[in-house]
Amino acid sequence: MVHNRPSKTLVSAGILVYLFLYIPLAVVVIFSFNDSKLNAEWVGFTWKWYEKLIHNENILRAAGNSLIIAIISAALATVLGTLAGLAIHRGRQKWLPALVLGPIAMPDILIGVSLLLMFILLNISLGSVSIILAHVSFCIGFVALAVQSRLAGMDQSLIEAARDLGASPWQSFRLISLPLLMPGIIAGALMAFTLSIDDFVITFFTAGVGSSTLPLEIYSMVKIAVTPEVNAVSTLLMLVTLTLITLLSKISPAVLRQ
Amino acid sequence: MNRAERIRNHLMALPPALYLLLFFAVPSVMMLFASFRYPGEYGGLAPWYYIEHGQFSLDFTLENWLRLFESGIYLGLLFKSLGYAILTTLICTIMAYPLALMIARSQKRFRDLLLLLVILPFWSNFLVRIYAWMIIFSPQGALTIGLNHVTAALGLEPISLMFSSTAVITCLVYVHLPFMILPLYANLEKHDSRLLDAAQDLGANRFQCFWLITWPQSLPGIYAGAILVFIPSLGIFAIPDLLGGTNGIMIGNVIKQQFVESRDWPFGSVLSLVLTGITLLLVLLAAKLGKTGSANNGT
Amino acid sequence: MLEINAVSRSFGDFVALNNVSLHIQAGEFFTLLGPSGCGKTTLLRLIAGFDQADSGQILLDGKPLCALPPELRPVHTVFQSYALFPHMTVAENIAFPLRMAKMSKSEIAHRVAEVLDDVRLPDKANHYPDALSGGQKQRIAIARALVNRPRLLLLDEPLSALDAKLREQMQIELINLQKEVGITFVYVTHDQGEALALSHRIAVMNKGEISQIDEPSVLYSYPDNRFVADFIGQCNILDAKVVSSDSQKVNIAITGLGELATIANPEITFNRGDSCALTLRPEKIRLAAILEAGSNEVLFSGKVHDMLYLGDVTVYIIELANDVLIEAMLANDAPGRTRLFDTGDAVQISWRIDAGHLVP
Repeated sequence: MVHNRPSKTLVSAGILVYLFLYIPLAVVVIFSFNDSKLNAEWVGFTWKWYEKLIHNENILRAAGNSLIIAIISAALATVLGTLAGLAIHRGRQKWLPALVLGPIAMPDILIGVSLLLMFILLNISLGSVSIILAHVSFCIGFVALAVQSRLAGMDQSLIEAARDLGASPWQSFRLISLPLLMPGIIAGALMAFTLSIDDFVITFFTAGVGSSTLPLEIYSMVKIAVTPEVNAVSTLLMLVTLTLITLLSKISPAVLRQ
Repeated sequence: MNRAERIRNHLMALPPALYLLLFFAVPSVMMLFASFRYPGEYGGLAPWYYIEHGQFSLDFTLENWLRLFESGIYLGLLFKSLGYAILTTLICTIMAYPLALMIARSQKRFRDLLLLLVILPFWSNFLVRIYAWMIIFSPQGALTIGLNHVTAALGLEPISLMFSSTAVITCLVYVHLPFMILPLYANLEKHDSRLLDAAQDLGANRFQCFWLITWPQSLPGIYAGAILVFIPSLGIFAIPDLLGGTNGIMIGNVIKQQFVESRDWPFGSVLSLVLTGITLLLVLLAAKLGKTGSANNGT
Repeated sequence: MLEINAVSRSFGDFVALNNVSLHIQAGEFFTLLGPSGCGKTTLLRLIAGFDQADSGQILLDGKPLCALPPELRPVHTVFQSYALFPHMTVAENIAFPLRMAKMSKSEIAHRVAEVLDDVRLPDKANHYPDALSGGQKQRIAIARALVNRPRLLLLDEPLSALDAKLREQMQIELINLQKEVGITFVYVTHDQGEALALSHRIAVMNKGEISQIDEPSVLYSYPDNRFVADFIGQCNILDAKVVSSDSQKVNIAITGLGELATIANPEITFNRGDSCALTLRPEKIRLAAILEAGSNEVLFSGKVHDMLYLGDVTVYIIELANDVLIEAMLANDAPGRTRLFDTGDAVQISWRIDAGHLVP
């Protein structure tokens, strides 16, 4: 087939948009190595903001907390989301997609405030547990989508073939469906992990005073002042997500596009 | 399908359904109730009933809803937020189109990489992306200083980029741009390039090719992207909070304020429900547009 | 051996199968043939156990199948998409039914090697299905379904994804394989040529019902009704009315052509005034510039309306009196370049009265 190449104008416009996407992040990274308290002018190279960071107890505690919350949330969301994806694929419950995908469609502030309202009214104390409960509720949908898209691409007759050749429903799930779904499930789990560790808005409403996560910590730092220490945390955080994204794209490139 | 299979199906749906019922549906319903209740003395909600002389009475009110319409401030803010969201969507469309088209027309082996480059910044932390603009727009930043050299040369007042609606909308566009690029690309990628060859063969120039062939076919992609950009933009609070100052606030900031600072939950619920209503309307509209869109494509 | 008794199945308003009954003999190569939506695949899925009939019974060796889930039926299927498990090697795919049957490891290895030899792909044991060609996938799918020696093998349009050359080769392989293993095959296809070539008997299905069950040559020469005549091969179907009939002959009046004699369908009695149709295969019609009618022959004059030169044969559409069109076929079997009639040429056609077959 003859290919329609992008014109020069199109390529230059495209490059401008890429610059718009990357310059702000580059600014953050560059100034994290700048030997000046102001993020304004390049003075000289330094590691000192990273060194300061290692000794910042609040940040470290928050980061640890974020990690724990993300691991637990991702684990729970993966189990529930996989079940949801399977159930949506079978299509027996017409209302299920709305329930599962609703939290994805809603602005996150609405999820945050309605959960805050419920937690307080039901006397559930705000803290790591309430954060996890909230994170799971919006991660389920993403896992379900990843699993469902994998299922949609799967030849339905594979399962029938397994049954036909003597496998029980459980055997055909364990030996055929599960191995074939695995890339979708892992991609969903990584996505849930990333979403949880990155979430600010919903965490903001459901965290209470006792517990903090890395995004909350960054928010309070940024609220007070713009310091290169924030640049350093941000750069490290970017590094972590970059690693996760690379993993994700290795496992299931299609999932990223949703 | 036999009985055992039906039961298995329902058992599978049960755990996620119960979870989301409890942590998504129930809170939304509670919020609906809260919007008709009185605020508590120390924040939160007042009891929804009282017993006087052994007489049980419900204590619900329309006051919170009336307040929304009586005071022009909130409606004004709602319209302003809608305006910001519309503007954001428009700018995103204009910026996303050339990039999406460029990727769609690139060679197959480069497309995944080009697409990954769109997604990467989108996966860096939300606050980090806002923070980047705080640096760029800061009064000591090169951009502001540079611009003010120009304004000084032209004999104008010095300008401040930080804490302005410009800053808010720029950052809204920045944060939501990938949401427009991805569905648009997904649409454009499916276009049959032979249609353009045919149009050209039949005498269309390059502009006509775009306007009569590519553009109408890409509308479903734009609708999908518009929904994905518009809804989160409308509900945002962190961006105006950090970049908007007092002039740049949006409806999300007021909701946050009602729940966190002034602790007027019933009124906060009213505002949240209005936002929910707009979201639902748009999602339904999108579903409808999506249906007619795919019907037009004959799939 | 397989008995299907009065089976019906509906999906909402759509009746996929309406009161279908048929018996299949042990060792038979039996084909379900029909256009898409005729119910043939639904029937196959009922036999395999992927779907349940609304009413009726399916018996295998006299025992009812309906209560059994697919994994407990001694029936295996070759799927249209082959359905080879992509995460298992060829050997693991073939071993799957044996593993499910809890066979010993050594017995499994032995049987897998044996069946791979049978389908002439012994060197592909450790390949993944993605690395196989269409024809190879096809053979592995058949090997996997046969390895556990089912009582019945179901084949759901197994050759439809292959190109024409390969399809012919696989048809021959399938016939030989079925002879060799002696297992009853139930084959589903919409391709009448394939059905004629492969089967011992064919059930032609239409709109959820069986139109006719017969051997291929009977089906082709003596269709029971217009649908079968039209669906299998090329056929002229001429509307007519019965004028008179006796035990030997039926005299009919063909719309536009007038009265002529023909031989009746022995299974159906035709009475005076019945409407019917004469079915006439194009290759049974003689065509020349001038013909002489023999005894027991009918003769018409007309002119060439259209012609299609196909290489081995030429198809002529002949216009007779009153705009009646008849398709005739001439084999180009004379040495050298064939002389053809042109559009508009005056020609004569004739056929023996027993060449036409009368259907209601």
